[in-house]
Amino acid sequence: MCGIAGLIHKGKSVNIGSELQSMLQALKHRGPDSTGYALYADNEGQNFIMRFKVGENVAEGSSSANEDTSVYDSRKKLVDKNLANLGAIIVKEERLTPYSFRYEIKYDKDLMDFSKKIESVEMVEILSIGKSLELIKDLGDATVVSERYGLDKVKGTHGIGHARMATESGVDIKSAHPFWGYPFSDVSVVHNGQLTNYWNNRRALENKGMRFMSECDSELIAVFLAEKMRNGATLEEGMRESLSGLDGVFTYFVATKDSLGMAKDTMAAKPLVLYESDDLVAMGSEEIAIRSILPQEITTYDPYDGEVKVWQI
Amino acid sequence: MANLKTVTKKTKAQSMGMHTEVLTGKTQQKFFNPDEAENFFYWGTHEVDFNKRTELDVKDMDCKIANNKIDRLMSEGYGTIVIKNPQGKHSLGVGILNKLNLIFEGSLGYFGVGSIDGPIVRVNGRVGWSCAENMMAGKVVIEKNAGSCFGAALRGGDLICKGSVGARTGIDQKGGSIIVGGDAGAFTGFMMQRGRIVILGDVGINLGDSMYDGTIYVGGKIGSFGSDAIESKMTSDDISWLERKLKVAEIGNNFDVSKMTKIVAGKKLWNYDALEPTEKKGAI
Repeated sequence: MCGIAGLIHKGKSVNIGSELQSMLQALKHRGPDSTGYALYADNEGQNFIMRFKVGENVAEGSSSANEDTSVYDSRKKLVDKNLANLGAIIVKEERLTPYSFRYEIKYDKDLMDFSKKIESVEMVEILSIGKSLELIKDLGDATVVSERYGLDKVKGTHGIGHARMATESGVDIKSAHPFWGYPFSDVSVVHNGQLTNYWNNRRALENKGMRFMSECDSELIAVFLAEKMRNGATLEEGMRESLSGLDGVFTYFVATKDSLGMAKDTMAAKPLVLYESDDLVAMGSEEIAIRSILPQEITTYDPYDGEVKVWQI
Repeated sequence: MANLKTVTKKTKAQSMGMHTEVLTGKTQQKFFNPDEAENFFYWGTHEVDFNKRTELDVKDMDCKIANNKIDRLMSEGYGTIVIKNPQGKHSLGVGILNKLNLIFEGSLGYFGVGSIDGPIVRVNGRVGWSCAENMMAGKVVIEKNAGSCFGAALRGGDLICKGSVGARTGIDQKGGSIIVGGDAGAFTGFMMQRGRIVILGDVGINLGDSMYDGTIYVGGKIGSFGSDAIESKMTSDDISWLERKLKVAEIGNNFDVSKMTKIVAGKKLWNYDALEPTEKKGAI
């Protein structure tokens, strides 16, 4: 089933981590396996923030194979070595769990080459690269993940999140949402639904040099949009093309450094409730997500089939 | 109680051999017999007094507790119940089988007031997916917008949304009336079998797709017709019915119903009765 939530504050920064946590926790019943956040934080914007993992969470409920944690350290050393070879400078590094890291790095060259080099290390996956984007995903509900990564204090303008019920692939971090729009900095996607032309699209996109890290059908949306943007399309144009290019049922959100968008398939088969005011847009799979941050009476509505909307901060 | 008489004349279905087979086990079929007094007992209903009014704040309750509280209040004779702070919770006000004035001061989530038979409900907010699903009788008025599958499998009564509704409104509708003041999404009237849908605004694509029977009236633009749906000519009976229903629905003041588009099923199933006797009586 899965639950998705997103919000954007126009022209002001708030405690976005805490708000998104409330929205996703309200949707826990739609997806108890894993929770993910893509927060657009008030970072200084000079350096890239790279979130990456060197292994999987193998706790209860995980479908991943158990590993000796000593391999995490050796993989991290290889990542550090590759960063040095790429000419990237690590300004700050944080180890958030045994398997996940947050690096602040100075780097000004091609991100695709950069990503390929970093991900050449076994089991290493870049969760996100961006000057504002902080992408965090792990097993557990919204509160568990937020507490594990200290997200309730993250301030920013907008964010999207996902409470996942694993149906198409495993219970693991690599299949959890959001997905980074590799190789574009600050692009993230969450999705509720099923895509039925995943493999056809995947083969075509891989032939064009795009990379997939999981077998989760939702990753296709991020890669599909990234490929469109790589060829010059705007985010909104790419989203409109996705309505015919992606087959199946879906409602998805995509966020960039300064915008938030939603798209709904032409059957309107997946739910979405939307609230829009002059200074705030909040949306989720169910109204209770919005009510968790706006308990007062408000007017909400369901976007229609084939609808695409994009808002700016 | 209505003066019911035993029907002795064979229906078309019975003359074709249906309803005569001997069924056993879980599928055993029982037919209503007005001579059996116990059939007049409607389990789970309460005698209530509309003038007896109370409020219930459901802010810190889950739907099961809230619905049990509503049932308890009805058993105490309260006929007007105001629900405070529903805050988009799912499945509130479901399964009410007696007369009642039920007022929600706020919005409902999924499956609000489903499977009801008789109450008059007003929601001073929005409703989520599948509002009033399987409703048998009564009147439900939504002051704002509604989600998808509004009135799914509706069997009777008036279901009214003053705002706009989502996709698949009236999916599998089997009777009653759905009246919408705003727009409706794709697949409105999908697999509709009986009853009427009135949309004063625009509707999306595939209107009336795979509809068996029933009638859809649209005041605005139509995205596209679905399979089996065709346009039909408005009659004076249609116009008088629409004028009366819009007045009941408290919407569409001065709306020129004669300019609405009427949509019906273009294909008749080989053994499908157009209207049940009770519907024929109430149709015009």
